[in-house]
Amino acid sequence: MHTKSVAELATDLGSKKISSVELTQHFLKRIQQHDNDLNSFITVCEERALADAKAADEMRQQGKAGPLTGIPMAQKDIFCTKGIKTTCASKILSNFVAPYDATVVERCQQAGLVMLGKTNMDEFAMGSTNENSYYGAVKNPWDQTCVTGGSSGGSAAAVAAGLTPLATGTDTGGSIRQPSALCNLTGIKPTYGRVSRYGMIAYASSLDQGGPMGRSAHDIALLLQTMAGFDPKDSTSIEREVPDYPATLEAKLDGLRIGLPKEYFATGLDANVANVIDQCAKNLEKLGAKLLEIALPTTASHVPTYYVIAPAEASSNLSRYDGARYGMRCEDPKNLEDMYKRSRGEGFGAEVKRRIMVGTYALSAGYYDAYYLKAQKIRRLICDDFNNAFKEVDVILGPTYPTTAFKIGEKLQDPVSLYLADIYTIAVNLAGLPALSMPAGFNKGLPIGAQLIGNYFTEAQLLNVAHQYQQATDWHHKLAEGY
Amino acid sequence: MEWEVVIGLEVHAQLATQSKIFSGAATAYGAEPNTQACMIDLGLPGVLPVLNKDVVRMATKFGLSVGAKVSQRSVFARKNYFYPDLPKGYQISQYELPIVEGGQLEIQLDENTSKVIGITRAHLEEDAGKSLHEDFHGMTGIDLNRAGTPLLEIVSEPDMRSAKEAVAYLKALHSLVRYLGICDGNMQEGSFRCDANVSIRPKGQKEFGTRTETKNVNSFRFVERAINYEVDRQIDLLESGGKVMQETRLYDANKNQTRTMRSKEEANDYRYFPDPDLLPLEISSEYIEEVRKELPELPHEKRQRFQQQYALNAYDASVLVSSLDMADYFEAVVNTVGSGNKAAKLVANWVMGDLSAALNKDLLDISESPVKASQLAGLIKRIVDNTISGKIAKIIFETLWQEGGDTDSIIEKQGLKQITDTGAIEKIIDEVIASNPQQLEQYRSGKDKLFGFFVGQTMQATKGKANPQQVNELLKKKLDG
Repeated sequence: MHTKSVAELATDLGSKKISSVELTQHFLKRIQQHDNDLNSFITVCEERALADAKAADEMRQQGKAGPLTGIPMAQKDIFCTKGIKTTCASKILSNFVAPYDATVVERCQQAGLVMLGKTNMDEFAMGSTNENSYYGAVKNPWDQTCVTGGSSGGSAAAVAAGLTPLATGTDTGGSIRQPSALCNLTGIKPTYGRVSRYGMIAYASSLDQGGPMGRSAHDIALLLQTMAGFDPKDSTSIEREVPDYPATLEAKLDGLRIGLPKEYFATGLDANVANVIDQCAKNLEKLGAKLLEIALPTTASHVPTYYVIAPAEASSNLSRYDGARYGMRCEDPKNLEDMYKRSRGEGFGAEVKRRIMVGTYALSAGYYDAYYLKAQKIRRLICDDFNNAFKEVDVILGPTYPTTAFKIGEKLQDPVSLYLADIYTIAVNLAGLPALSMPAGFNKGLPIGAQLIGNYFTEAQLLNVAHQYQQATDWHHKLAEGY
Repeated sequence: MEWEVVIGLEVHAQLATQSKIFSGAATAYGAEPNTQACMIDLGLPGVLPVLNKDVVRMATKFGLSVGAKVSQRSVFARKNYFYPDLPKGYQISQYELPIVEGGQLEIQLDENTSKVIGITRAHLEEDAGKSLHEDFHGMTGIDLNRAGTPLLEIVSEPDMRSAKEAVAYLKALHSLVRYLGICDGNMQEGSFRCDANVSIRPKGQKEFGTRTETKNVNSFRFVERAINYEVDRQIDLLESGGKVMQETRLYDANKNQTRTMRSKEEANDYRYFPDPDLLPLEISSEYIEEVRKELPELPHEKRQRFQQQYALNAYDASVLVSSLDMADYFEAVVNTVGSGNKAAKLVANWVMGDLSAALNKDLLDISESPVKASQLAGLIKRIVDNTISGKIAKIIFETLWQEGGDTDSIIEKQGLKQITDTGAIEKIIDEVIASNPQQLEQYRSGKDKLFGFFVGQTMQATKGKANPQQVNELLKKKLDG
């Protein structure tokens, strides 16, 4: 049952071949079986899931079911859920129960989706291995000694192992796309402003964007349909009609202009990954697309720009975790300063502290112009790069990540090498563009993802290209052994 | 050495909105702690600010009323610092691009002097909560009701040269925000707060001296005292060979002194940067024009009108318009009395004189006056038509103040009607002259000053009811005769 697509599950539910309760029980059982090894969930909410499933079945009985009513899913533990712990994988929020639902959670609930639990992640979404979690690293179902990628590693592992058909993720510099690539999933980071950030715990506000993760373009099109839309509670959310994503999946790719940025195929890219992306491009060409080489001259600046802006915003966003009103407070504080220092010192993990310090430095008097302001200027140039590219092409194709999944612990001591590996994903966030990662092949049994970048609000087109590619290939059908 | 005082003021005016600047929580004063703080005010994880449109309209009104540029694009920034009553760890404020830039306000210093004070900028920001240090046994209580309350911070140029000018500016500003209806001006409740930047320099020197910023001065009187204290302190320091340190000081009203709060070195690095949760605030020129049409008659416009319409001098007019309530009260009395400009001057004198004195004595605002405009008008009418003298009017005013009622029935009941019958007055004068032969002789031998004595005796004999003008004339005739 867990190998079926969301559309198939929806059909089964619709024809009453199975009930949502049965489906939910099935996935809860799989979580029980496999998650001790994988560690993909921080919280499993069995009771609530079953209650939701029962309600979904009743909705269906009353003829009120929507396309996703009764489908189980998982929420990244960055989305606030009323009455259920929301930790952001941090010790500092390990006791935090939000009194409200994030807009994304609310929308999923209204659609009748059943929340199985909250998935593991890098603490405050900072990381690309899912090792930076207070709740421990998540293991990659394709090789349990390997990382899942991050920060939405729990969601990636859970979907890849068939513990849930769908999951939400958030993407600030690649956190949906990169674990999707490393776990053989399809995941999309929508245009900035497309999905509400209300209730999504902020890492870097101008870059954060929630999106769906699943096994196919069709699956995530269905979930994106539910997640997307204007939210008056988020001032950066954009008031613009949401197209019918599944409706355009079948469009043919004839004449589609695909740009291949030469900078994305330069040094640093693993040769096996390069081959897979090449092959992917050729397949798309066979489907009617035209391939064009393009230039993104600012590419070398992407990583440094991101690692100024994101930590700067994070340093401010994370100031609220001070032990005063909620979350962890250190034992027996001596005075106010002691309370701040120890609550934060003990509550945050190493990577979070590193970014808070980098960000604080970048915003400090005397350094602001040289770092933050300069980074903002380069950010504008990066937007220009993409604007120019999209004058010539419709979508951009490249690798999602330079390598396949690596060993857990392998890069813990070398954060900079991890930062550098974000090279293909972070410009998209800096420019606010939509981008999708899809399964494109394997090397030594580990998945490789191809990234499609689109112009603003072209999610439908990205999903269409990915779907057409998936009609012609079967990479996305491949499942990790043992699941 | 002769010193010149240089003062600039930063005023925080709480905008009179129903809800907070970035959330829907209420802003009413005096609620139980933490009952008016929602998830956004508490800075819970994941919440986001949404700008209250009313504050934009209010700030725009203010900008237009001081002839400033209302920026079509302004930016909210985060001011980062840790404090328990600052839930997010940053305050959302406007920094580099404020909504209002460059304006001015004219202040009236005395009958003949006015001065224009420059307004550098005014920006929107949120207030912090309150730390409560009592009743918590070595701990601190936090009340976040005030967190997120909208403020307009109005920054003046360093254009004021004395505490008196500073107070005049502050009063003019206070009056203006009340006219505009954008702030209730309640200083006790902290709706209108002031920080004073003070420095001194040798007279004639161009460069400014080192300034200090004095915080927490929450009444007009305290502003004057705090500035004067600070000026004296700085003069003493410099004249004894010391140096003024740039620092933030706190005014202690009980001790009437300022003391160091934090030095420049201890000042926070606020790490301002544009708030990524809020898009730049963009307003159209059409919007600005629409708001301009909503502007009420402003204090300076009303002052000019009062001068023209009621033939008042600039000073009287400026005192009357200094509060909208007083201006309205004045006009209500004048309109009821009728009878033109002479009455207007009389009304002005009454409002600014006896009425204001009585209000001050009982610590009342004019809106709370026990003598309503219609009652004062009834009194002044009887002065104008010579029914009573000014002196009797004061007695009646006192009765109106203490017991209420109306002038005509008080006159009736107490028999206070003015004596204007020449015969009756003459009769009394004759009696007065007859019973003071000695004084009469002295007067007639050249001691003119004694004229006043006879006036007094006559008035006393009539219990102040005789028409003073007639008394004067008749006395003159009789004494000189």
